[in-house]
Amino acid sequence: MELLQFSRGPALTFAIAVFLLGTLWRLIGILMLERRRVDAEARPGTPTPLAAAASGVLAKMWPHKTFLKSSLFSVLNGYVFHIGLAISVLLFAPHVLFVKSLLGISWPALPSNVVLAVAVITAGSLLASLVHRLTNPVQRLISRIDDYVSWAVTFLPVLTGIAAVAHIGGRYETLLAVHILTVCAFLIWFPFGKLMHAFLFVLSRGTTAIRFKQRGAEV
Amino acid sequence: MNEPATLGEALSRRGISRRAFLKYSAYLASVMALPASASQAIAQGLAKARRQSVIWLSFQECTGCTESITRSSSPTLEDLIFDLISLDYHHTLMSVSGDAAEHAREAAMKENKGKYIVVVDGSVPLKDDGIYSTIAGITNLQMLKDTVKDAAAVVAVGSCAAFGGIPHARPNPTGAASITDIVKDKPVINIPGCPPIPEAMTGTLAYILSFGKLPELDHLARPKAFFGETIHDRCYRRPFYDKGLFAESFDDEGARKGYCLYKVGCKGPIAYNACATLKWNHGTSFPIQSGHGCLGCSEPHFWDQGGFYKPLAAHAGVSAPLIGAAAVAGAAAGGAAAWIARRHQQRYLAETEAIDRSVGKDKG
Repeated sequence: MELLQFSRGPALTFAIAVFLLGTLWRLIGILMLERRRVDAEARPGTPTPLAAAASGVLAKMWPHKTFLKSSLFSVLNGYVFHIGLAISVLLFAPHVLFVKSLLGISWPALPSNVVLAVAVITAGSLLASLVHRLTNPVQRLISRIDDYVSWAVTFLPVLTGIAAVAHIGGRYETLLAVHILTVCAFLIWFPFGKLMHAFLFVLSRGTTAIRFKQRGAEV
Repeated sequence: MNEPATLGEALSRRGISRRAFLKYSAYLASVMALPASASQAIAQGLAKARRQSVIWLSFQECTGCTESITRSSSPTLEDLIFDLISLDYHHTLMSVSGDAAEHAREAAMKENKGKYIVVVDGSVPLKDDGIYSTIAGITNLQMLKDTVKDAAAVVAVGSCAAFGGIPHARPNPTGAASITDIVKDKPVINIPGCPPIPEAMTGTLAYILSFGKLPELDHLARPKAFFGETIHDRCYRRPFYDKGLFAESFDDEGARKGYCLYKVGCKGPIAYNACATLKWNHGTSFPIQSGHGCLGCSEPHFWDQGGFYKPLAAHAGVSAPLIGAAAVAGAAAGGAAAWIARRHQQRYLAETEAIDRSVGKDKG
């Protein structure tokens, strides 16, 4: 079996299976936990849990003015690569076709050259985040192997995707196979590392906001 | 009249002018992406070349490769060059000769020992001692081994000979194998395609005659001159791909406007061949120009690439039951983990409340 066939078939099947197994395991495991009771009496005007959670998720989209200056680069750069990843993953025609083949749903895509340009910016932004992590003493201190692995499995699909589209560094079918294999690595790592924040950030921010709001604290 | 000693002499006798011959040499150099200086070398090489003895074996095939090289609408210089090769045996063309054809093959092998070129189209069945395809009572495997033994080189034309092709497609009932699977001790050139482009066949043979060596080959033993670039990279519809303009089906507005056929299964991005540049029928057209996606027929296992009309970006047989089972297992594991955690939580809360009560009692 050729590498491309292997990556598009058995490797992808295994990766999606691990992704689903791990993600459902963690999500259901968290969602079915006993709710922690808040003993404090609810303050007057306490919003409904849903409204409190939503306001908490939104409020944390931008840092508090106290931390704005020190975290401005991380926040802005974070937005750049998160939006870049969303565009590259969701609005590239071959990716839309892949989703359609898997789930039967599709949506319009952007021109390939536009997505390629966005992907290059995304890769640059991801590299900048790594440099920042390595050069900032505090970030370096709190970084663990999980952070670096999560960065690598995010960066590599972007890099190999650019290489495949731009035909850099090898034959297209080989680059495409390597690209798919890096996506497989991303899917396999996703549930077990910090990439799971893609789902968990809503739960953690929402839960925190519900508890804080009940006590009358600002989020 | 005596047999012409060289190709140059033979061409001259057939009324091919030196000017036309030089034009052909320049064309060949251009087609094979050789430097301009190679044109003269080709002309000199071809003019001095002796008629090359060629034995053409046809095994598990559909005759499309032979038709591709022989059925031209008008004779071209390439065809004449091909005519002037001493085609001492061609199974399909000589089949009516019966036993005499087999004697001709044996005689050619004896007379040109170590010098003749074997051209093979079709794959070779290996299962059950190769009984699924025989010629004159000889299995393809035996005939290939006997004929190749004293050959100078082997040219596998067509995807069946080069990679096993359609007979090799799953479940491969005859155990079809490619020539490179069997021939290990001779130089083998693959000229795949279903069928291959005639110029790729004649051009490769002309190169061998001109330079007395094999052309530069890729990792699949294909001449880089013809198989060095993908159809996608040289496709005239490529700008539509870059702009994100695709035909969604074969009869929609996009198809009528000639948009890229990627979404309807075109395998151009992974197909290395010269269809988009040399085209077919004297440069008239090629499949994509005619409105159909490339099948990737010059690539190994092209029949088993997951469907001709399935986009390249689509998955190739992701197992739904396995993924469903993984999802159920994940949900079950999550439920079990939560149940264990809840028991821990409840025990912890009970203990905490008991401590609170005892502390309250002490204070009271």
